[in-house]
Amino acid sequence: MTGHREAMRTPGDTILSVEGLSVGFGRGTARVAALRDVSFTLGRGRTLALVGESGSGKSVTSLALMGLLPPSGRILSGRLDFRTPDGRVTDLARLDGAGFRALRGPGISMIFQEPMSSLNPLFTIGDQIGEMLLLHQDLRAAERRRRVIEMLELVEIPGAAARVDAYPHELSGGMRQRVMIAMGLICRPALLIADEPTTALDVTIQAQILDLMRRLQKELGMSILFITHDMGVVAEMADDVAVMYAGAVVEQAGVLDLFDRTRHPYTRGLLASIPREGLGPDDRLVPIPGSVPPLSALPPGCAFAPRCPHARPACREPVSLEPKAPGHLSACIFDFAGEAA
Amino acid sequence: MTGPLLQVRNLTKRFHTPAGTVHAVEDVSFDIPRGSIMGLVGESGSGKTTLGRALLRLIQPTSGQIRFDGTDIAALGAEEMRQMRRRMQIIFQDPMSSLNPRLKVGDLIAEGLRAFGIGSRTDRRDRVAALLEEVGLSADHMNRWPHAFSGGQRQRIGIARALALEPEFIVADESVSALDVSIQAQVLNLLLELRDRRNLTMLFIAHDLSVVNYLCDRVAVLYLGRMMEIGPTDRVHRASAHPYTRALTSAIPQPDPRAARNRQLLQGDIPSPLAPPSGCVFRTRCPHAAPGCEAGAPQARTISAHHQSYCKRTEELYGH
Ligand SMILES: Nc1ncnc2c1ncn2[C@@H]1O[C@H](COP(=O)(O)OP(=O)(O)OP(=O)(O)O)[C@@H](O)[C@H]1O
Ligand SMILES: Nc1ncnc2c1ncn2[C@@H]1O[C@H](COP(=O)(O)OP(=O)(O)O)[C@@H](O)[C@H]1O
Ligand code: SF4
Ligand code: SF4
Ligand SMILES: [Mg+2]
Ligand SMILES: [Mg+2]
Repeated sequence: MTGHREAMRTPGDTILSVEGLSVGFGRGTARVAALRDVSFTLGRGRTLALVGESGSGKSVTSLALMGLLPPSGRILSGRLDFRTPDGRVTDLARLDGAGFRALRGPGISMIFQEPMSSLNPLFTIGDQIGEMLLLHQDLRAAERRRRVIEMLELVEIPGAAARVDAYPHELSGGMRQRVMIAMGLICRPALLIADEPTTALDVTIQAQILDLMRRLQKELGMSILFITHDMGVVAEMADDVAVMYAGAVVEQAGVLDLFDRTRHPYTRGLLASIPREGLGPDDRLVPIPGSVPPLSALPPGCAFAPRCPHARPACREPVSLEPKAPGHLSACIFDFAGEAA
Repeated sequence: MTGPLLQVRNLTKRFHTPAGTVHAVEDVSFDIPRGSIMGLVGESGSGKTTLGRALLRLIQPTSGQIRFDGTDIAALGAEEMRQMRRRMQIIFQDPMSSLNPRLKVGDLIAEGLRAFGIGSRTDRRDRVAALLEEVGLSADHMNRWPHAFSGGQRQRIGIARALALEPEFIVADESVSALDVSIQAQVLNLLLELRDRRNLTMLFIAHDLSVVNYLCDRVAVLYLGRMMEIGPTDRVHRASAHPYTRALTSAIPQPDPRAARNRQLLQGDIPSPLAPPSGCVFRTRCPHAAPGCEAGAPQARTISAHHQSYCKRTEELYGH
């Protein structure tokens, strides 16, 4: 486990490299920047967790990667370099509709937070999973059905041969999320984007799904961009972590490094806010004061400054995400290296 | 006055629906001591909200007793219940979605005071100002509209509103579940302060066991409407005597990448509350189920002071 978490990475091993991604919603003076200069890299076969609080820009990032931004949203700048299974590098920021259609499925696929709203209530789950195959492979109906059942078995849906003809409302929340995973994986994508795939589930069901995703990743050798707001899920799933705050990445590191040598004051604040094992009855959580400002009213310089215990005048100058140690980037004028969080 | 503020005995709530009878809460008994916070946990559909609302008689229990400060409120008439309501309040997951959006924050908080004809206009204003300060907002927030506040601020407004009538007992139903962790920690600490400062008694309903372990003095674990285990938080958390609690605890993802994951994965989903399994309702998912678990609901077994498990195999499995 720890072995593959610490595996060395070479540039050729990068499947996705996001550089300087900015996304705006609305036009002219009404435009707000939902993403400001977001950068991170995802190594092949690894899981990168994108973690942050509500509104930090996690979903906008994934929608930009999938070419699914709503009409009011626009990529203002940045490169989204994706290495396709045949080894070519494609900038997703410049891909058109046809390009995305060819890529979605075998290249990149995505699973969403709310399975019920992304499944069509009028079609059987078998039809919906089979539909994904139809777009990319020329298979006969019987062969498609066989593959779908095989996939349902892979995601451990009991009685797959019968359930293939079930409608979404006939399944529990956990089963529907398994169906979503089956849909995401049927074309064997090189990169899976999972946007809070377990947030709507009970912890006991979440544990089943996380376990399943870990095993499928090993079996299929895919890379995962795992979006979550839960540091517990990060600790469990991630090889690498990028922490977002108010539309920007403030820290990126390997998972052990991130927890052991937390560098950015926001990440430290986040960790001190979480009830965890080992707190005594009189120990108190240390919350981050205040709340995230609206995107239209971010302060100049470091967006975290109004809530940061270390803020000073210099923090009003622009800060950028920079390496503070090998493989460990932080966007802060200070380097809180190696101190206990 | 000594003794528990709340004593619940054999509380049952069933809903009769076209599909059949939903056994939402079955034969649940517990006490909540004064000035303490009782956590209520369980997967969705386990009956937490139903139990919380039945305690305040926002829904009528099917059977059982609820003694509040010695009075059985299940038997109170309408006017007596109205007076009793001053002493018990509820905070929802998003207080604003259940409140009148055309009232300013100050009027929302003062609504209960007005309904009971308490104080003059200026008295009420002063009271609202003090409440806003107490929950960490400022007095001039009273003239603003609720939609202009963030989730955490709205939760504080909901708490101020619940406190206005100086209740002794508060039910908080998933009150921090929708909040980001940094804000959630603010609200949890506020609830702890209020418990200590006002000697408040609380039922804190949550599906997040780690939040409950942090906040609560005691914890009750529900599954399919039945009590599985109840006891002091530390005992239930670290020395649980029930297979369901143990599975629930082991399923929490720990914010520690080095934490050992020796997880007991529960198979399958919660069965339908329309047709709960016979005997121990947990037996269809329990890793320790044995033939004897099918007949008769498990009775409470006392493990230690105030710590009870409702598992037939407690002695065998955990040496109690
Ligand atoms: N269609 C849209 N129009 C305008 N603003 C938008 C739109 N979609 C998202 N935003 C804004 O972009 C920011 C980032 O939103 P995003 O959905 O990416 O957050 P998130 O990190 O996924 O949050 P959550 O944890 O709540 O899912 C937010 O301020 C949001 O209000
Ligand atoms: N008004 C109602 N009519 C019918 N069934 C209900 C009603 N309210 C709740 N239930 C059912 O009672 C059970 C317990 O629900 P609830 O108390 O809301 O659980 P929780 O709060 O633990 O998620 C569920 O099966 C739910 O569907
Ligand atoms: S740049 Fe300044 S305000 Fe921002 S995190 Fe660092 S110390 Fe805090
Ligand atoms: S009574 Fe039997 S089925 Fe129920 S929790 Fe105990 S061992 Fe499991
Ligand atoms: Mg999102
Ligand atoms: Mg509920």
